[in-house]
Amino acid sequence: MPETAISTGSTLPPVSLWRRGKNAAMTLAAASAVILVLVPLGAIFGYLVYKGIGSISWAFLTQIPKGPGETGGGMANAIGGSCLILAIASVMGVPIGIGAGIYLAEYGRNRFGDLIRFTADVLNGVPSIVVGIVAWAIVVQGRGFSALAGGVALGIMMVPTITRTTEEMLLLVPLVVREAAYGLGVSRWRTTLSITLRTATSGVITGVMLAFARVAGETAPLLFTTLGNQYWNWKVNQPTAALSLQIFSYATSAYDEWHRQAWAGALILIVLIVAAVSAVRIAASRGTLKGAN
Amino acid sequence: MRSRFQQGLDELRARLLRMGGLAEQAVDRACQAYIERDLARCHMVLEGETQINIAEREIDELAFDLLAMQQPMAVDLRFILAVTKINSDLERVGDQAVNIAERVMDMVELPKADLPVDIARMAAAVSAMVRRSLESFIEGKAELAQAVLEMDNVVDRMKDEAFILLVKAMNEHPDVTRQALDALLIARNLERVADHATNVAEDVIFWVRGADVRHNAAPEGQPQQTGFSAAQQAATERR
Amino acid sequence: MGVGIQVEKLNAWFGKTQALRDINITMAANHATAVIGPSGCGKSTFVRCLNRMHETVPDAHATGRVRIGELDVYNGTSAVAIRRRIGMVFQKPNPFPTMSIYDNVAAGLKLNGFHDRRRLDEIVERSLQLSALWDEVKDTLRKKSGASLSGGQQQRLCIARALAVQPEVLLMDEPCSALDPISTGKIEELIFQLKERFTIVIVTHNMQQASRVAEFTGFFLLGELIEFDKTEKIFTTPSDKRTEDYITGRFG
Repeated sequence: MPETAISTGSTLPPVSLWRRGKNAAMTLAAASAVILVLVPLGAIFGYLVYKGIGSISWAFLTQIPKGPGETGGGMANAIGGSCLILAIASVMGVPIGIGAGIYLAEYGRNRFGDLIRFTADVLNGVPSIVVGIVAWAIVVQGRGFSALAGGVALGIMMVPTITRTTEEMLLLVPLVVREAAYGLGVSRWRTTLSITLRTATSGVITGVMLAFARVAGETAPLLFTTLGNQYWNWKVNQPTAALSLQIFSYATSAYDEWHRQAWAGALILIVLIVAAVSAVRIAASRGTLKGAN
Repeated sequence: MRSRFQQGLDELRARLLRMGGLAEQAVDRACQAYIERDLARCHMVLEGETQINIAEREIDELAFDLLAMQQPMAVDLRFILAVTKINSDLERVGDQAVNIAERVMDMVELPKADLPVDIARMAAAVSAMVRRSLESFIEGKAELAQAVLEMDNVVDRMKDEAFILLVKAMNEHPDVTRQALDALLIARNLERVADHATNVAEDVIFWVRGADVRHNAAPEGQPQQTGFSAAQQAATERR
Repeated sequence: MGVGIQVEKLNAWFGKTQALRDINITMAANHATAVIGPSGCGKSTFVRCLNRMHETVPDAHATGRVRIGELDVYNGTSAVAIRRRIGMVFQKPNPFPTMSIYDNVAAGLKLNGFHDRRRLDEIVERSLQLSALWDEVKDTLRKKSGASLSGGQQQRLCIARALAVQPEVLLMDEPCSALDPISTGKIEELIFQLKERFTIVIVTHNMQQASRVAEFTGFFLLGELIEFDKTEKIFTTPSDKRTEDYITGRFG
């Protein structure tokens, strides 16, 4: 081993060329890994922009689809429908998820809590199409396809992520903060809601956004629940259009026009998800004070 | 325990004992010089004075350092405070020995006078008090110190008797006035040495019992205190 | 005005392990009492039993009688109500991180349902003045978060927060151990002034601090109260050999 280069004091051996080389190689490997991850991400987004940007127009964003074979038309109803379905999903999934997360963090250090955690993890792994079938069995059978059913399916899928993240974030709140509240004579539930949850807010929101972004693009569950719609629909108990469904049916169709619109739809979907997450982040950071974490 | 601190305490103790030895020796020498009318011994006492003064300064410095740097508490704090006071008393004992030596040097010039006073007996008693007070410090025993307090009364009476007898002698035999005066002053000096030995004993009681018995105050400390000085002894012996 | 504290036969357990044995102690009103002892001796546990914070640990319980003024801590009122009458300051300053300075001080009141805006303003100002923090923060009360202050300021904020609910007793668990000497000095000065209105119990592992701020001191060892007396007596002529061994540094 060549003993060259820097000396590091009296007792330690000097840093040899071999060690420095190893260091450089590892840094290179880490950098390469980052690039490897970013490249597909960038490629997808870039390709979407390339293929879809040409088809985005005001008409596309405001009109409902035209019949097969015709040119023009848009995905306005699908955008609206997705928003409706996701709203229903959030209304269902977020409170249940956060509530379960609170329970697990504050009261769940026992066998029952472990059981709930296990169930959540399993639910997380259930294929989305299976969740769709379950939602079909519960809500659609006997009543028909609806936005509500779609919301139920997506809501169920949101719960495990939100629950686990909420629990983790609450557990990160230091015990001393809770004790400060107890010391002031604040009851346990009040402490949990007003102090612990409030301290963990930014983390909990991250969890919610993660869940939201994941289900926003799901297609399989919606196949069995909302079915899709060519026209505008704002009634929750009727079949509704959804962006992901629309992209699916257009992309698998035989018409070039619809293929073109599918690209545009995919681009819109990504942009909407990014916009939604950013908006929530900005709103949340506005609400915090200078110096708070 | 904090070993640097314990070393400091041990050194303080050793130095004080050495100084005690020097002071005791000075008094003994001065008294011997009186009995034997020996000038050489007087000079030894005068020369020894410097050593005692240096020792006093060094002990004070060490004690101050320990107080500032080691934040002693309870028995350790009392010990260091007692040492500084005993230090000062021992230095005064040295001064008194010098005074006695100077008186002796004056007396040797004059013809020998037959005085009706037994300075030798008083010197022996005072010397014993000094020795016993230092012993009570070495042993850390309050009972020994208590005995010294009682001997002070005896010495005071000896001094009062000597005064009366010497004044009477001066009136009856004016030719020996100067010798009588010298003897009177020596008796006075010895009584002061006894007082200082008493102070040393009181300081030992303060250290061991935490009781302030100065100026004849009744001791307030709990009787069952020997455990603490025993703890210190044990710590010292362990070193 | 502060009130006295009487403790009779207090025993405390963590599960099966006994942490405190038969503690009997009376602490004087409007005085500061220091609680000292080596690590693990039970001094923090003792203080946490006074306001029933001990129970917040799973499987922990305590028996015995604690009276604070005319209030019987273990019989009659709920733990939450007790804690509203007793203030507590912890070892590590713990302001609520997402709340402003104002909201931190007012937290004890707002979270317990008190919402009168004008009175809250008065109470917040008075508490911050009592804890010698008002001048430093009066301009940024609502803009800066509690966590943006320095360590010493945060601890004074926590003291203000505890004082805002107007307790009669203030419990302090090693309040200065995470602070630099200057901040420590300020807080000790504060304790000195607070004694006029409150009864203070302070746990400390710093014996010099105990001797500086407290009139009375209790020495704990292995869950027992070994000696309790005036501070100057404990530090100059303690009665128990174990106390002396501890304060002279021969162990612990």
